[in-house]
Amino acid sequence: MSEVISKIKVATVWLDGCSGCHMSFLDMDERLLELGSQFDLVYSPLVDFKVYPESVDVALVEGAISSVEDEHKIHHIRKHTNFLIAMGDCAVTGNVPSMRNPFGPDEILDRAYQENVSLQAQIPCVIVPALLETVRPVHEFVKVDMYLPGCPPSADTFYTVLSDLLAGRTPDIASLTRFGA
Amino acid sequence: MSQTITIDPVTRLEGHGKITLKTNDLGEVSEAYFSVTQVRGFEKFCEGRPYYEMPSLMARICGICPVSHLIASAKACEAIMSIQIPPTAAKLRRALNMAQTIQSHALSFFYLASPDLLLGMDADPVDRNIFGVAKADAKLGLAGIGLRRFGQHMIELLGRKRIHPGWVVPGGVTEPLDSAKRDEILGMIPEAYANVRLALDWYKGIVDRFRDEADHFANFPGAFLGMVSDDDGLEFTDGKLRLIDAEGKILLDGLEAAQFDDHFGEAVEPFSYMKFPYYKPLGYPDGAYRVGPLARLNIASHAGTALADIELKEFKQLAKGPVLGSFYYHHARLIDILHGIEVIEQIMSDPSILDKHVRATAGVNRLEGSGVAEAPRGTLVHHYKVNENGQMLWANLVIATGQNNNAMNRGVLQTAQRYVKGDKIADGMLNRVEAVIRTFDPCLSCSTHAFGQMPLSIELLAQDGTRLDEVRRG
Repeated sequence: MSEVISKIKVATVWLDGCSGCHMSFLDMDERLLELGSQFDLVYSPLVDFKVYPESVDVALVEGAISSVEDEHKIHHIRKHTNFLIAMGDCAVTGNVPSMRNPFGPDEILDRAYQENVSLQAQIPCVIVPALLETVRPVHEFVKVDMYLPGCPPSADTFYTVLSDLLAGRTPDIASLTRFGA
Repeated sequence: MSQTITIDPVTRLEGHGKITLKTNDLGEVSEAYFSVTQVRGFEKFCEGRPYYEMPSLMARICGICPVSHLIASAKACEAIMSIQIPPTAAKLRRALNMAQTIQSHALSFFYLASPDLLLGMDADPVDRNIFGVAKADAKLGLAGIGLRRFGQHMIELLGRKRIHPGWVVPGGVTEPLDSAKRDEILGMIPEAYANVRLALDWYKGIVDRFRDEADHFANFPGAFLGMVSDDDGLEFTDGKLRLIDAEGKILLDGLEAAQFDDHFGEAVEPFSYMKFPYYKPLGYPDGAYRVGPLARLNIASHAGTALADIELKEFKQLAKGPVLGSFYYHHARLIDILHGIEVIEQIMSDPSILDKHVRATAGVNRLEGSGVAEAPRGTLVHHYKVNENGQMLWANLVIATGQNNNAMNRGVLQTAQRYVKGDKIADGMLNRVEAVIRTFDPCLSCSTHAFGQMPLSIELLAQDGTRLDEVRRG
């Protein structure tokens, strides 16, 4: 193996999900500090870099694609990422966020902002991004290199997958996690 | 000439919040808008599904505080079933709720806020994270990781999973506690006490450095809503709601979940997917109020546990009446953690905690039900309607962070008024705006995302759109 001259760059991204995958990532606890010495977390809700770097080695993407903003983001991320992992069931299948699909965005917005309101009922339309007609998983928009299912994938799964990737091994996902795990 | 200033996550990728400031004819900032840019639709897409699915479905609103949603949802379902859960199930849920409060507060205090407090508001962004904290002060960093692990591991011991455990169900919990797990929980408690003690001592040592922030971070009179126990103590799970005004006078007391809608309404603003709850008699926006750790400590007369009582007494000396500065949410979180550990120790030391009767059963006995719990960030209300078959017809959720929406907006305004002068945005603006929002620990995943630090750029625009000034981080 050739000498490592720079640490690999890892990003974590949060689209339409509950943040549970990110919390499970943090559930590595002290092991996160150990792994953190082997890679650079260059972009994540957990760190303070504001711009997605030009070139990221591994990106873990949590959540489905549900708004025009999510759609814009995932294309940008794909363009600047070597290895993209769909992290958790929402990214892999659409999961809970896609339960809105049979209703469509108008019914969703009406319930929240017209019906369940006592004053100034209106659909927010300034600044906020428009919702897509349907919520869909990441691979319907961009190529995904690895699927990591689970709601959320466990901290042990994250630790094994990241350790394997850092060592140049291909993790055996099926032995680690599954949909709904 | 009046102007509009926009603080916008132009850069693209991590922006879920956006801030707009408007100035009046005198050039003073007169209005501030904090926009939340995501909505998910749980209130609608639950329709047609069986009500008893709701706890595990609604928990998916948030991976940070799933237990709060589990509990509020299960209580709403139990109102529909018209049952009381077995006493041991109630105790187990109280312990679970405290475990979640501890892990969530540890995330907020150590992972998200302590970089500012330890390294300073203007530290290098490279270090402004838990890795930087662990590097600069290993003991503090490890105490934070340890407290979060304590809460999460306890949730795992009780519910089999750290995140989205399925254990809490309508009627109680699915399985009783065994003595081995109980002993393991009790065994973790001394370390948890040591970690929170370290954090409290550290916080009290550095807080004076932030006097200016403490005076200007969403520091204003206003009402507070939270749960209290029957004897006015701190309570997160099975108490009643109380609303107090800025002087500490009780406006509402003994409120049950089902009465919430009688007294509180929700308004919508066109610029945010997060709604604006308010106390109806005072109208909107005058009826805005705050919830969460600061509200709870202002409302409760005592903690009800020995160590937290000492800390709460000291906390209450910060002001004559309620503590109004939102910076003190940080301090309040640490007292919540200490109290939580004490409550868990009490519950786990009670021999009845191993009782096998932990689940009551019933069908649909009412067509409507509400449940309330104190989430880490404040009061959380679930309200459901079902048909005779128990299929969901409708839901309304009043989320803790939403109830701080108005206060966050006012906090941004207050900060802006201090740091925006004329047509120039002062250098401290970006950091302070992020920090003032962070004091509330907005769990925006309950309505949006962005729990870390938002990418912000601020544009100061003349009314004709001419750019007068720009500040950008990134």
